[in-house]
Amino acid sequence: MIEALFFYLFAGVMLASGFMVVVSRNPVYSVLFLILAFFNAAGMFVLIGAEFLAMLLVIVYVGAVAVLFLFVVMMLDINFAEMRAGFQKYLPLGLIVGGILVFELVAAMYGDAFSKASLPVASEIANTTQLGGVLYTKYAFLFQISGLILLVAMIGAISLTMRKRVGVRRQSIADQNSRRREDVMEIVKMPSDKTKAKNNSAAGSVDDK
Amino acid sequence: MLELTLNHYLAVSAILFALGIFGIFLNRKNVITILMSIELMLLAVNINMVAFSAYSGNLEGQIFSLFILTVAAAEAAIGLAILVVFFRNRGSIAVEDVNILKG
Repeated sequence: MIEALFFYLFAGVMLASGFMVVVSRNPVYSVLFLILAFFNAAGMFVLIGAEFLAMLLVIVYVGAVAVLFLFVVMMLDINFAEMRAGFQKYLPLGLIVGGILVFELVAAMYGDAFSKASLPVASEIANTTQLGGVLYTKYAFLFQISGLILLVAMIGAISLTMRKRVGVRRQSIADQNSRRREDVMEIVKMPSDKTKAKNNSAAGSVDDK
Repeated sequence: MLELTLNHYLAVSAILFALGIFGIFLNRKNVITILMSIELMLLAVNINMVAFSAYSGNLEGQIFSLFILTVAAAEAAIGLAILVVFFRNRGSIAVEDVNILKG
């Protein structure tokens, strides 16, 4: 009973904020509504008994991905108002395609196939323990590959956005270490001190006259 | 109505997925909003996976959902990096300006 009420709360807020993500005028508001949608999805995951994924959703999505979106939205200097042009033009097509999709998916699920499914009794072992037991044994290779995917994504993002700016002086350690004495130093013959002094006094006496 | 079934979760995830598609159609010019719509669709898929996993008493769906989360994070990072580089080169992120590769 109370579970159902919370489910309707989470689902309602999540769908409403998902809708606001799509239609809101300012992309900063879109990102904030996206964060709200993720929080409510995490609540639904807790409700269904997947606590670990709920926490992961909050940490990874709200903590990393949404903040990344926020940074990019605020970093780019774009007039988002003029991007709204054609909003009305695409509205009917979007409504038609979305409506057809919802109709088909809901029609598929209200057949007989899943109607008898009911939530199994929660086991004594915590969800995180269960997941860890499977993840590090049966799916250990997949786990490592997903780590590799994250590494590749990290290197890719860094190498894409890194740029050499002209006019900025940076320390180049390779250049520093490869300097040789012959290249950067030269020995200049200077007249000795005595003759220099004599020349100076001669010049001075010339000036005096 | 007041007893939760698998269908409740599936309906919510179906509506959320359709909202994502609706967003892609609606914001054709704005790449950032398109990326956010893709995130919504991935969230819908995750809800679907977790619901099936919980109702069939099988952890594989949650494991798969974890991998979807990983790939989605990588995709968001790479996509936004490409967006930043594109904005630096062209000064705009409108989708119709993305035509450098056109011959």
